[in-house]
Amino acid sequence: MWQFTHILKKELKDYFVSPIAYIVISIFLIITGWFFFSTFFLYDQANMRGFFSLLPIIFSFVIPAITMRLFSEELNIGSYEILLTMPVTFKDIIIGKFAAGLIMTGAMLLPTLAYPVSIAFIGDLDWGPVIGGYLGAILLGGAFSAIGVFASSLTHNQIIAFIFGAAICFGLTLIDKMLFFFPESILNIVEYLGADFHFRNIARGIIDSRDLVYFISVMFISLYSTYLALLKKE
Amino acid sequence: MIHVENLTKYYDSFCAVDQINVEINQGEILGLLGPNGAGKTTTLKMLTGYFKPTSGTIRVNDFDIDTHPLEIKQMIGYLPESSPFYKDMLVYDYLEYVSKIKGIRPEDRHPRLRYLADLCGLNHIMHKAIGELSKGLNQRVGLAHAMMNDPQILILDEPTQGLDPNQIVEIRHIIKKIGQEKTVIFSTHILSEAEATCDRIVIINRGKIVADGNTADLKQTAGQQTTIQISLLNADPDAAVKTLAAVDGVDTVEQVSHTDDGVLKLNAFTSSDRDVREKIYTAVKATDWVMIEFLQEAKTLETIFRDLTKQMN
Repeated sequence: MWQFTHILKKELKDYFVSPIAYIVISIFLIITGWFFFSTFFLYDQANMRGFFSLLPIIFSFVIPAITMRLFSEELNIGSYEILLTMPVTFKDIIIGKFAAGLIMTGAMLLPTLAYPVSIAFIGDLDWGPVIGGYLGAILLGGAFSAIGVFASSLTHNQIIAFIFGAAICFGLTLIDKMLFFFPESILNIVEYLGADFHFRNIARGIIDSRDLVYFISVMFISLYSTYLALLKKE
Repeated sequence: MIHVENLTKYYDSFCAVDQINVEINQGEILGLLGPNGAGKTTTLKMLTGYFKPTSGTIRVNDFDIDTHPLEIKQMIGYLPESSPFYKDMLVYDYLEYVSKIKGIRPEDRHPRLRYLADLCGLNHIMHKAIGELSKGLNQRVGLAHAMMNDPQILILDEPTQGLDPNQIVEIRHIIKKIGQEKTVIFSTHILSEAEATCDRIVIINRGKIVADGNTADLKQTAGQQTTIQISLLNADPDAAVKTLAAVDGVDTVEQVSHTDDGVLKLNAFTSSDRDVREKIYTAVKATDWVMIEFLQEAKTLETIFRDLTKQMN
């Protein structure tokens, strides 16, 4: 039952003992910090809308970079075989690795809490959208991590896993910006598929069950596809 | 203990393992022999539950691998062919991680790691990254990994591959030691190794079992015909063949070569249990030929293996 925690701990150790975690977190903070604060003072408004509107695009390439090694590396060096001959199930392996990706995303977001705190000092910050934004960011991070885990389970080449994962994440982020190209009859469906659309809803501070269902479905479908992909390798 | 019935594995249309039936008892050291691509590794991978068989059943202590994979995985310690471990992890960290996954209780973890480090000679490399280790040390880490939860069955895929002669002796020693209580199954293509360590040898070729038994059994089943090489000087080929074929116990005689300097080489075949060399010598002694070579080819595992695996190729 709790076997996945051993895999989770091992993956977290891999992230935080090696420089990977620190490099990814630094890059994330530099990019978001730069884009957010370069316009923040021009608008002269005490909110984090600029930061959260950036997140889906940045997550689309940062999260697949975090998750690309989770399965690809094991498949490449062959340790996957050892993992499977130990007393663990596919469920333990997938949940453990997914949770490691999600916690890594959380660790990446953690330092950005300094932004709302500093903004609250210099202006009157409405905390509702900020809390909603972080909740949305965790859900979005979960969905993208699950997609990244799936991409990683398909190939033993980490670069391919990254490109494939990033392509799906970008697609989900940008699809509701391309509604122009779709026939009117399916507009609602296409809009519903867009990750950014649901993220924006939550980031406004309104927590709607439809948005929660969307993110949870994306996680579930991706992780289940991972299971099928691994099953096929037997 | 391990019961394998009609085990078959196809890779697409290629049949790697074909209807293998074998019963392995507790406390047996079983050597799986075969030429490259005979299906040794595939068979072992199916026993560990990593590959799903195309058909057939594997039962370990009344557990079926299809329905109770976790119970079986708990009972088996497995060392894969090239010991592929996480290169960046330290040996200690890795073994600790394995001990957690294999369900060693926290208070037993350190004593167990210490015991395995002593047994496999890992004490001086515990703090090194696995990627920095030499092949032999890597193999020893693999052995410690496989024995972590004191499994009843140990499956080792070519455990001595790539080791130097001293290390090979060490690993064999460890295998023998473990084999006193546990069931050990290992594959190899080094025949002397199988002869030195195994209670029982199974030879497979093209996915089929071609021989099964201890070394003596194999020599008996495969060794019906013994070859005796004879070289004679000043002998007339026809007369020599005739004389030797008339010796009691000799089945056939074939002429191998006859050189210009008068050396005649012959092979005499016998399937008799008794030694026919004395009679051959007496028969030659009665003539004026000079015997310059006289050799009975000993049936080694090597010749048995060659015979068995050649027939089918």
